[in-house]
Amino acid sequence: MRKPERLGLIALGLILVVVLPLGNLLPPGSPLHVSNFTLNLFGKFLTYAILALGLDLLWGYAGVLSLGHGVFFGLGAYAMGMHLMLEIGSKSVYQSALPDFMVWNQVTELPLFWKPFYSAPFTLVAIVLVPALFALVFGFLAFRSRVRGVYLSIITQALALSAWLVFNRNEMNLGGTNGLADFKTVFGVPLNQASTQRALYVVTALTLAAAWALCRWITQSRAGKVLVAVRDSETRVLFCGYSPANYKLFVFVVSAALAGVAGALYAPQVGIITPAKMGVLPSIEMVVWVAAGGRGTLIGAVLGAIGVNWMQSWLTTSYPDLWLLFLGALFMSVVLFIPDGVVGALARLAQSFRRGRSATTLDASPLGRATLGASRAGGSETP
Amino acid sequence: MKRLLVLLFVAWLAGAPASHAQSPEALKALADLVVDNPDKREAAVAVIGATKDPKWLAFLTDLREGHVYARGKGKDLEVVVGSAKSTKGDAEVIEIVTAYDRTPLGSAPLASLVEIAADRRLRIAIKPFLDADETRLQLASPDPEARRGAALKLAHQADVGAASVVEAAIAKETVPNVRHALEEALALIRLGSGDASARILAAQALGALHGSGAMPALQRLAADTSATPAEREAATSAIRQIERWGLLVRAVETVFQGASLASILLLMALGLAIVFGLMGVINMAHGELMALGAYSTFVVQNVFRTRWPGHFDAYFVVALPVSFAVAALVGVVLERGVIRRLYGRPLETLLLTWGASLIIQQGLRLYFGAANVDVSSPTWLSGGFALMTGLTLPFNRLFIIVLASVSVAAMYWLLFRTDTGLRIRAVTQNRTMSSCLGVRAGWVDATTFALGAGLAGLAGCALTQIGNVGPSLGQNYIVDSFMVVVTGGVGKLLGTILAAAGIGTLNKGIEPALGAVFAKVAILIAVILFLQRRPAGLFATRGRGAEA
Repeated sequence: MRKPERLGLIALGLILVVVLPLGNLLPPGSPLHVSNFTLNLFGKFLTYAILALGLDLLWGYAGVLSLGHGVFFGLGAYAMGMHLMLEIGSKSVYQSALPDFMVWNQVTELPLFWKPFYSAPFTLVAIVLVPALFALVFGFLAFRSRVRGVYLSIITQALALSAWLVFNRNEMNLGGTNGLADFKTVFGVPLNQASTQRALYVVTALTLAAAWALCRWITQSRAGKVLVAVRDSETRVLFCGYSPANYKLFVFVVSAALAGVAGALYAPQVGIITPAKMGVLPSIEMVVWVAAGGRGTLIGAVLGAIGVNWMQSWLTTSYPDLWLLFLGALFMSVVLFIPDGVVGALARLAQSFRRGRSATTLDASPLGRATLGASRAGGSETP
Repeated sequence: MKRLLVLLFVAWLAGAPASHAQSPEALKALADLVVDNPDKREAAVAVIGATKDPKWLAFLTDLREGHVYARGKGKDLEVVVGSAKSTKGDAEVIEIVTAYDRTPLGSAPLASLVEIAADRRLRIAIKPFLDADETRLQLASPDPEARRGAALKLAHQADVGAASVVEAAIAKETVPNVRHALEEALALIRLGSGDASARILAAQALGALHGSGAMPALQRLAADTSATPAEREAATSAIRQIERWGLLVRAVETVFQGASLASILLLMALGLAIVFGLMGVINMAHGELMALGAYSTFVVQNVFRTRWPGHFDAYFVVALPVSFAVAALVGVVLERGVIRRLYGRPLETLLLTWGASLIIQQGLRLYFGAANVDVSSPTWLSGGFALMTGLTLPFNRLFIIVLASVSVAAMYWLLFRTDTGLRIRAVTQNRTMSSCLGVRAGWVDATTFALGAGLAGLAGCALTQIGNVGPSLGQNYIVDSFMVVVTGGVGKLLGTILAAAGIGTLNKGIEPALGAVFAKVAILIAVILFLQRRPAGLFATRGRGAEA
């Protein structure tokens, strides 16, 4: 990694992990003050960034385009949400030990699959394991039979649709369309205090840093090289004696687990999780974060998730009608004009700038190579 | 003898016999109407109504509406019917006619007449006679639906007195389903008669007729402890017969619903599949092209409604080509404008078309509003075809099955019998080689995409007849049709047809057991398991081209 890039990364990390929460501690009058609302908003964006990292690992490196990552995000969020619902206990509107929506639905006894979520350690494990196991089964079936490319994307989209349909049903005992909401405490700490939200933000930011480190470690390892090779020509990798299915399955599971963690951090910060977060549209929106930021770069996914969502929260409040038009235009223009995303485009700019200064030096930065690879990624199988 | 009776009955129905005019009871009753005694008046109405003479019934109508007057006194008393009122000088005068024959009696000053007011009690007494007459009129109506309605009403009332009327109607009836309804009504009427052997026969007849409307009456008889064992036995076996028939009807219905869903899926997947075969691209905007087709239908409908309301039923015939053309045009713009820049990058194209779909969807929402719009069916598509007792196949569903079949046939003809089709197949097999041999691949791409988009428009037009038309119309079915294409595989229409048929019937087959949502989930699982055996669909490309 080049020096300016490393400096940029460290600066970004510092801003997100240290400066924002510190700004929140400043008195409201000071010019550098970060409001509770903004901090909370960024907390939400950072959870999206964690998910985008996993998606980038899967799509940017292994060339697998999943249009169903909302499901894994939702599974993590629901696992966390179930624990938070149980923590409310009898402080709810109906003063029943059961969550309110069960009282409305005339459920008299807590369903069996809810019971383990009384335990905080179990919940923390479930957040990772439930999406990961689900991805393991689904991915095993899909990759073993060499379902790939467009076929895999369509299957994952159908998965998102099915999950959305199922979670909307009241008889699933997961709150139906209204989802899980009205959380009061997280692990015993009241959620409505600024300090809790700040702590949650810091946890999210640190998790993001850890997720980034994990993804970077995977991509730098030998396995990461194999993944890129799978992306560029799966058949050749197969003939070289590797099992592309196993590598893809591994990345799929890691990426699902990251999505689950992201969902679990999302639920307490936003205070609600509904099936609408795991449907077809949100799942494909996640892809555009990665595409806009720059796939196959990791940092692009983080910047894309934050940037696109920042834009969304601004546009949906100022011009609610325009958001979908803008999103559509973003999809199209990113794919058409900057297939390697903002980060890729910037890297190319920097590269040509450097070339201009010293025409003799051949560029060999990993980022440069990664982005060049990424621009070919989608059509990797086409001669 | 029977024939003679029927003839007599028909004559009775056709026109009232003259003997009624002299009906002394009715004439005597007329005088009773004037008396200030409610019981007597009611009895008088009963006597007059019992003649069932249309002219007397017309008189009762007049009585109910307060047009009947009395003039003279004692022996000269006469009941007349008044019509047009006018003023002559100071006095109000009224045209009067005789009560029965309607012979004009000239005009009389209103002051010389006493109105025979029909109070509530009298009106209630009149009503059953007029209603019975109405049913009789409906039974003679030229409209089969009106006759059938009357038969259903008679069956519901199960009035023993109506048996002869129904018998006569059965003898005249030629339309099968009306005849069926009449026979059921007759059997139900006889089921209520006092004679045990008649009841047994009626129960047997009801069992043979299979109508589920007879179930409550039969169940009552089967549970009736005062009935003879033979009667109860007959009722029970009739119930069993009807239940078995119901099972058969449900089975046929499920097959039909499966075929209907399959044809909808096929209509949508056809366009997707040819584009997928040619370019390896799943067009995510396909659903929105369908919505465009549906909105085109809406616009055409509105134009017809305002410009040519007399030819409203013809709008749908115009809407079909218009929606094809609109969607095809948008498809060409999409293909020439952006998609062609991305050949060989299917995943990027996927995202690109999804972006286009968001823009089209939001555009429709901004222009037409977020609420569903109203598209009414032409009269020739409403109603249905009565296949068997208890099962009517709606014309709109039948139409979609026909449309899908015609589209498939047209696609086969186009692909295998025309030069354009030859070029499309050539580019599908090997793009580079075709280009070398002088096929303009770009032109073929545009044509194919236009065709696929046009088929989407056609599907959207057809969907207006069975579902809501809103900006998110495409979203409801689109993932299903993606599944059809993926299951069917690339490059073979037969794969798409089989996949649509399989997914359609499977879905409707398991829906009763699992419910709509879990049936969809089950279909997804089935497709994933299916792809275990055939990862590239039913008919995958084999050989060296397979990796392309």
